[in-house]
Amino acid sequence: MGRRRTSLTPILFIIPAFLFILTIVIGPSLATVYMSFSVEGKLTLEKYFEVVTETSPKKALVLLPEGLEPPPWGALVHNIVWMAIHIPLVTLLGLFLAYILRYTIGSSIVKAIIFIGMVIPMVVGGLIIRFMFDKDVGVVPIVFDVLGLESLAKTWTSYPQLSLLALILGSVWLWTGFSLTVYSAALHAIPASYIEAARIDGAGHWHIFWKIVFPLVKPATIIVVIMTMLWDLKIFDIVYVATLGGPGGSSNVLALVMYLYMARAIDYNAAAVVAVILTLLTIPPGLWLALRGVRSGR
Amino acid sequence: MAVRGSRLRLYLRPDVVLINVIAWGIALVWLLPFIGLFMVSVRPYGEVIVRGWWNIAGATFTMDNYIKAWGHESYSIAQGYMNSLIVALPSTVIPIITASLAAYAFSRFSFPLKSYLFLTIILLMALPQQIVVVPLFLAMRSLGLVNTFPGIILVHSGWGMAWIIFFMKNFFDLLPREVEEAAKVDGASDFKIFYKIVLPLSLPGILSASVLQFTWVWSSFFFELIFLVDPSKWVITQRIASMKGEYLVDWGLIAAGSVFAMAVPLLVYVLLQKYYIRGFMGWTVKG
Repeated sequence: MGRRRTSLTPILFIIPAFLFILTIVIGPSLATVYMSFSVEGKLTLEKYFEVVTETSPKKALVLLPEGLEPPPWGALVHNIVWMAIHIPLVTLLGLFLAYILRYTIGSSIVKAIIFIGMVIPMVVGGLIIRFMFDKDVGVVPIVFDVLGLESLAKTWTSYPQLSLLALILGSVWLWTGFSLTVYSAALHAIPASYIEAARIDGAGHWHIFWKIVFPLVKPATIIVVIMTMLWDLKIFDIVYVATLGGPGGSSNVLALVMYLYMARAIDYNAAAVVAVILTLLTIPPGLWLALRGVRSGR
Repeated sequence: MAVRGSRLRLYLRPDVVLINVIAWGIALVWLLPFIGLFMVSVRPYGEVIVRGWWNIAGATFTMDNYIKAWGHESYSIAQGYMNSLIVALPSTVIPIITASLAAYAFSRFSFPLKSYLFLTIILLMALPQQIVVVPLFLAMRSLGLVNTFPGIILVHSGWGMAWIIFFMKNFFDLLPREVEEAAKVDGASDFKIFYKIVLPLSLPGILSASVLQFTWVWSSFFFELIFLVDPSKWVITQRIASMKGEYLVDWGLIAAGSVFAMAVPLLVYVLLQKYYIRGFMGWTVKG
C-alpha cells in the first residue's frame, strides 16, 4: 500500500489505552457475565430464574407480590414505562422548542436555561425533583392545591401511585436540553429557503412543522430516541437520591436493583445477573450507534 | 436597513408574538426549580417552610446555610470539593493523553483488526457502569485499592477511554495532513510528529474532551458509591446525597450543598461554553 514500513508504531500508540480498557471495562464485563451463570462452581441459569421471579419490593424485576399498593410492577417494567413516557415527551418538546426558538428573541438565553439540566450533577437533579414535589416547600403540590386537586397536592415522592411519575416528569425537565440541542443543530442545517418557500405558498406553522421540518430532521430524531433510550435504561442517580426506589419499590429501576443486590444484600451473583440483563437491553441501541459510527467514520 | 425592517416586522406578527410568549414561558418554568433552590439556600429554613420561598415580602437573606454546609461536621462540603478535585483532575488528564495516542493511530495508521477494534470501542460507550463493578470491586479489594483515590482514578480513566478515543479520532480525521506528510518526508518519527505537530493543532479538541470528561467525573455518583465507602473519602455528590436525614429534611442545608456541587460544572460550562457544546455534539451527533 505504499507504506514505508509495517511498523510497530500503531501498536505502541494504542497499547496504553487498550490496557486500561481491558482491565477496567472488557475484563470485568466478561467476569460479570461469568459470575451471573456461576453458582457454587457450576454453570447454570438458576440465578437468572431466582432474580427474575423475585417479588420483594426492593428487588422485584417484573411483578410485586399481590396485595401491595397498585401498580404492582417491578423495576424492569418501571424502566419500560419510563421510556414509554419520557422518549415521546422529550422528542416532541425538544423539536417543538427548537422550531419556535427560530422566531424567539433571545433564543440563545432560552436554550442555555434549558440546557442547565444537562450540566448539573444528576444527584442535584434528583434532589431538586424531590424538592419540587415536596408539599411543604415544592411548587407542584402547591399549584395542584390552588387548582383544588387534593389528590395531587401532596409530597409525590412519598406515594406509590405518584413517585415514579414525579421522577419521569423530573427527567423530562433534566433531559430536554439534550433533544433541544440536537434538534437545534439539525434545524440549523435546513436551508431557510425551504421554510420560506412554504411560507410564501401560504403554509402555517402546523403544516411547516409536521410536513417539512419533521421529515427533514429524521436522522436527529433517531439519535434523540436512541440516546434517550440508553439514558432511561441506565437511570440511577436521580432515583437513588429522590426515592431510593420507594415507597414500597414503586419507583425502583434496574440499575438500582443491581446496586441493592450488591451493596445491601451482598449477593454478588444476583447483582451480576441484573447487570447482564441491563446490559442486554442496552446492546440493541448501542449496536445501532456503533454501526452508524463505523459507517460515518470512514 | 431592509433586513432590520423585515426582522422587526417578523417580531410584530401575531403568531410570532405568541411563539415568544410560549418560549419564554417554558424557559421560566424550566428555571423555576433553580430559583426555588437558590431562594431556599439563602433564607432561614424556618421562614421558608412557614411562608414559602416564593414569598419574598420581608424575607431575611443569610449565608448561614452555606457556612453550615461548607463546614458540616459529618458531610463537610469543603472536604468534598477537595476530594472531587483530587479525583476529577487526574481522571481527566490520564485518559485524555492515553486516548489521544490511540485515537491518532485509529485516524492515521492502518493495522490489523482496526475496524473491529473501533467498532468495539463504540459499542463499549453504550455499556452501563453496572456491568463492571462487581468483579472490579472484588479485584480492587484484594489489591487494597478500594477506598483509595488511585483506585477510583483508575476506574474513571478506564471508563472514559472509549468515548475519548471515539471523539478524538473524529477530531483528528478533520485535521489537514499536509504538514504531517511533509514532516514524515523530512524523516521525523511518528511520535515526534504526534506531539510536535498534531497535539498543538488539536488543542481545541483536547479542551472539548477535557471539559466534558472533567464535568462528568465531577458529577459521577455510582462508581463513588461502590469504590469510596469511607465517609472521609466521599466526593461532593456523595455528601449532598447523604445530607437528607432519615426523618427531618433540612432543605436549606441541602440547597446550599447542591449550589456548591453544581457551581463547578456550571462555571466550566459558562466559561468554556463553545468547547462544552462542541464536545457534547461530538459525543452524540457525529456518532
